[in-house]
Amino acid sequence: MRQKLVIVGAGMAAGRLLDRLSAAPARYDITLVNAEPRGSYNRIMLSPVLAGDKAFADIVTHDEAWYRAQGITCQFGQRVDTLDRDGKLVTLSDGTALPYDRLVLATGSMPFMPPLPGIGLAGVISYRDLEDTRTMMDLRAGQRAVVLGGGLLGLEAAAGMAARGIKVSVVHLNTHLMERQLDAEASALLRTELEARGINIHCGAQSQSIVGSDGRVQALRLEDGRDLPCDLLVIATGIRPSVALAQSAGLTTARGVTVDDRMTTSDPAILAIGECTEHRGQTFGLVAPVFDQADVAARILAGQEATFTPREISAKLKVTGCDLFSAGDFDGGRDTETIVLRDPARSRYRRLVLRDNRIIGIVLYGDTSDGPWFFDLMKARADVSLMRDALIFGQAYAAASRHGMAA
Amino acid sequence: MDGSSLPEIRSTCPYCGVGCGVLLRGDGHGGLTVRGDTDHPANKGRLCSKGSALGETVGRAGRLTTPLVNGAPSDWNSALDLVASTLTRTIAEHGPDSVAFYVSGQLLTEDYYVANKLMKGFIGSANIDTNSRLCMASTVAGHKRAFGTDTVPGTYEDLDEADLVVLVGSNLAWCHPVLHQRLLAARKARPQMKLVVIDPRRTASCDGADLHLALKPGSDVALFNGLLAQIAAQGAIDGDFAPHLDGLEAALASARADDTAQTGLDPASLGAFFDLWIGTKKVVTVFSQGVNQSSSGTDKVNAILNCHLVTGRIGKPGCGPFSVTGQPNAMGGREVGGLANMLACHLDLENPAHRDAVKQFWSAPAMPEQAGLKAVDLFRAVAQKRIKALWIIHTNPAVTLPDASAVRTAIEGCDFVVVSDVTGATDTARLADVLLPATAWAEKSGTVTNSDRTISRQRAALAPPGATRPDWDTLAEVGRRMGWAGAFDYRSPAQIFREYAALSGIAGAFGRDFDISGLSEISDTDYEGMPPQRWPVSATKTGGRFFADGQFFHADKKARLIAVRNSAPKHAPDAERPFLLNTGRLRDQWHTMTRTALSPRLSAHRPEPFAELHPADAAALGIGQSDLVALSNELGQVIVRAQITDAVAQGQIFVPMHWTGETAPTARIDTLVRAVTDPVSGQPESKASTVSISRFAARWYGFAISTDGFRPKAEYWAVAKTASGTRAELAGMSDPADWESWARDLFGLPHASLQSVSDETRGLHRLAFEQDGRLLAALFISREPVAVMRDYLSSLPGTDAPEALSGRTPPNRPDPGPIICSCFGVGMNTILAAIETDGLSDVDAIGAALKAGTNCGSCRPEIAALLARASAREAAE
Repeated sequence: MRQKLVIVGAGMAAGRLLDRLSAAPARYDITLVNAEPRGSYNRIMLSPVLAGDKAFADIVTHDEAWYRAQGITCQFGQRVDTLDRDGKLVTLSDGTALPYDRLVLATGSMPFMPPLPGIGLAGVISYRDLEDTRTMMDLRAGQRAVVLGGGLLGLEAAAGMAARGIKVSVVHLNTHLMERQLDAEASALLRTELEARGINIHCGAQSQSIVGSDGRVQALRLEDGRDLPCDLLVIATGIRPSVALAQSAGLTTARGVTVDDRMTTSDPAILAIGECTEHRGQTFGLVAPVFDQADVAARILAGQEATFTPREISAKLKVTGCDLFSAGDFDGGRDTETIVLRDPARSRYRRLVLRDNRIIGIVLYGDTSDGPWFFDLMKARADVSLMRDALIFGQAYAAASRHGMAA
Repeated sequence: MDGSSLPEIRSTCPYCGVGCGVLLRGDGHGGLTVRGDTDHPANKGRLCSKGSALGETVGRAGRLTTPLVNGAPSDWNSALDLVASTLTRTIAEHGPDSVAFYVSGQLLTEDYYVANKLMKGFIGSANIDTNSRLCMASTVAGHKRAFGTDTVPGTYEDLDEADLVVLVGSNLAWCHPVLHQRLLAARKARPQMKLVVIDPRRTASCDGADLHLALKPGSDVALFNGLLAQIAAQGAIDGDFAPHLDGLEAALASARADDTAQTGLDPASLGAFFDLWIGTKKVVTVFSQGVNQSSSGTDKVNAILNCHLVTGRIGKPGCGPFSVTGQPNAMGGREVGGLANMLACHLDLENPAHRDAVKQFWSAPAMPEQAGLKAVDLFRAVAQKRIKALWIIHTNPAVTLPDASAVRTAIEGCDFVVVSDVTGATDTARLADVLLPATAWAEKSGTVTNSDRTISRQRAALAPPGATRPDWDTLAEVGRRMGWAGAFDYRSPAQIFREYAALSGIAGAFGRDFDISGLSEISDTDYEGMPPQRWPVSATKTGGRFFADGQFFHADKKARLIAVRNSAPKHAPDAERPFLLNTGRLRDQWHTMTRTALSPRLSAHRPEPFAELHPADAAALGIGQSDLVALSNELGQVIVRAQITDAVAQGQIFVPMHWTGETAPTARIDTLVRAVTDPVSGQPESKASTVSISRFAARWYGFAISTDGFRPKAEYWAVAKTASGTRAELAGMSDPADWESWARDLFGLPHASLQSVSDETRGLHRLAFEQDGRLLAALFISREPVAVMRDYLSSLPGTDAPEALSGRTPPNRPDPGPIICSCFGVGMNTILAAIETDGLSDVDAIGAALKAGTNCGSCRPEIAALLARASAREAAE
């Protein structure tokens, strides 16, 4: 007798989970519920779609044929209205009732919308899904957009629109862009590059309100009184885990749905994975740990043992020509040592933070080809003292010079 | 225009005393192509690395082209008036001995003749000495003691014909490479020919030698006294020749009294050497600075001469003592009287008859009756202000004299210093009140004499730049302005040469050896075309060898055997200064590098000054390979790179002599050489000073490259020219506040774009300056001696080199390593790789594969050493 597995959410975490489950002997009848009217696509590739570097079809990871072939029942364009844990039953927005033996919450996250006056105006969007992407793509060249938030996502939105001939301004609260991923120097290089693409950057800028007319956005007003006129305001000020369903069902939640090392919530029948989760106080926004979670969940569902260990994460900006790579603790601090390569003429910057001859932080700008190698060294906690002189030049140089060089 | 339509001009190489003929062709752009003259008897077409690179040294960059008075540009008229009037006034006020000339074996014979005539015949002092005092004086004195004149008995052909060649204190392979090549060629043709090297240091000349006797420094007299005693003991004294000798018993008694144990050599080696020498009739004993530069240099020379004299092995084909000289015209200087104790044409200053004859010939108003001050004493007199006007011509005593710092101070303190040179950028020229621009080698015309008495023409191949003048002209003009218009009315070198040849006829009439009176009527045309010829050239004798007939130049026609006893170097190592400091030449540099440092390929061989130090000593002192070391004694301190090698014995250090305030200010090694001289010759003991040595613990070490020249401000630095600009080693005792501004200041690049790498806590800083995608300069700083691929990096300035700061070749591209073959730029790693991967086993095979060693051949001993090293390793594995 096959068990019933219901998965809520068809984002990247769910896609990965299904990949892993389909590889195991089928023990479940699976129903996949998704609020978006489609299955899994590679959400982190929306920016190349926006920039026109890719078509949406290119980033779909699981299409209908695949679900069909796997025997997965799809409930797309449907929200879960209620979760009855006692009755092990979810009810969808169209009234469909789905009993389950095991349930996986993969509800993802919601964009954080700051409580600015006018936040509800038409033409104020977040950057989360294909619909948001299409809204941006629908702007005509010469129209104006403001992006609030100079983090990874905001800058991808800005660059993507700029590539389409939109006049884009970025408003960022911090004094430098992408401060969570970049140090000030790399950030300055990035800013120079983005400005060269015609993007206006306002750092250290506090927003005051959103100005509108006839219910539609007209400008973002800053604290200093300046108005930045726009036809579209994209809010990219961070994400919040989607916990509403879990909360309503009485599951333990904090910022996210609380899970243990086995990705299991406070209800043993219910697992949670992805951006909706909180594990040991940590929430997740990048794809690598999310995939790890999906892998663990797949094994648990298959009756195997597995535990999730958060790993070092790295970040890349998906803006063509703005290559950057960031991982670990790049701010340095006590007991840390820093190796820096500065090459402004080639828009190249590299910073490695070391403690005890081990890499603990990486910032690369311009040429990120050695990012994965540095990242591997960091994850492996490899002692780099023997190749330290050439380390910053990357794998080929450092490996070659490890054999020693006569003075 | 590529110059191929220009005629090829025959001239003579300006480096060592081999005197190689060169063929020069202008390239139409102020440069020269140079090749060996196959018709010249000295080299028969061969050239060494230095000679081959002459074309790289004739550029006009850095040339002094106008007179400078107190550092300001002047004109010849004013400058010469100032020189002449100051000399005249000084003589009037303080007497003729208050002025002095210090000249050089770089002068042509004609220049030398005029300088000597001006000083000895007209100023009336004998205070003219030459840098040959540092080089040949002991040989001159030894020759004179034994033969009555300073006569080199043999010829280079003797090296071809000998069955045994003994090199004593001569690194012939590096210092006279073409003679060494000639020797190797002769050995190849006649494998029975033996080669013995006597040198405390295992030099490149030892490669392939049958025997290397690493005797204790300065014990040559004990060795040759031992040989003399053995000659007598084995009954090998030539009874037929003995009647031509005087002093045999005393010399033998003295020889027997010496103990060969003083050489530190084991009896078996000694016995083998003695037997070989005694048993080989055709033996040539070649000697050079290891013999001469000693407090007992003259005795060493005579100890060698004694052995050749008692066996009659002199002046015959394939045998004789053979002094090889260090400078292109050391011999010419000796002949012309450039030494303070000589007159002219091998005539004696202290001999009244000689003096009168010369005085009459010159119509000289004043002639000194006593020898003038020899170099070391001359500069002492400068320091004591007894010399008030000093004219230094083409030499760099502020670097090369013993106790060089004191000499520099003395020159600085002299009332009036004139310097004639081709550049103002020498330690000495910077001290001049009047700096006179001279024509350089490729622009000069005259004659030089090499080590085997061959007089060769040097001919101008390039137009003189700016206001430069030949030295004979400058000297003559000063003579005229001092009131001796008739005596110095010279219009050409040929005119001077004829006068000189005529004077030599007077010497010939006195029965002296140096007589070229056969050339006293030579026409201008014949002078221009004069082929190389060995003196004498007179009605009675032309060329050839001396003394086989037993006729010597003492009054009784006999040679003197000199009773000599071994005496150790003046200063013995002690607890405070436990090391004996040896100095000498490198293969690819010359003197104070004013020429050779202009050549990138010559500079690549050894781009930095160093001290060779035995591994056991290094270990005991905690000195690692590529550390900097400080050598010091009471005279000063020298900082150079450590070169740990068992080529030197424990307790000994070898440091090359070439670096100066212009190229490596802390490496002026003669600042540590005490002003100890041979009592007879006045030649300094340049190879046996005592020093202490310690690791120089710099705060930071640096390596720098640039498209342009630069002059660092650091406690230690050494610069060298490269094909793409300049490279430098640096070290400092304190970190600058900001490396970027320090580097911008160093390179003079306030605005170039900067690429940098810093690893602050480890003190690693690397900075590259670029413009328009081209690397202009780069600096590599480290707390440890900098480990980067220097030769590769040195090729980068001027190119697009985005990864220069990695300090290494792009991955998968091999590092050629330090340059071994200068002519073809082949590096050590390339050669070692070829040996290993292609299984090459001899020097010729490497030449066929890589071209290394196939042009001048100067690097062949080093290639042989690499082969030996590789096969030793193979055997060990």
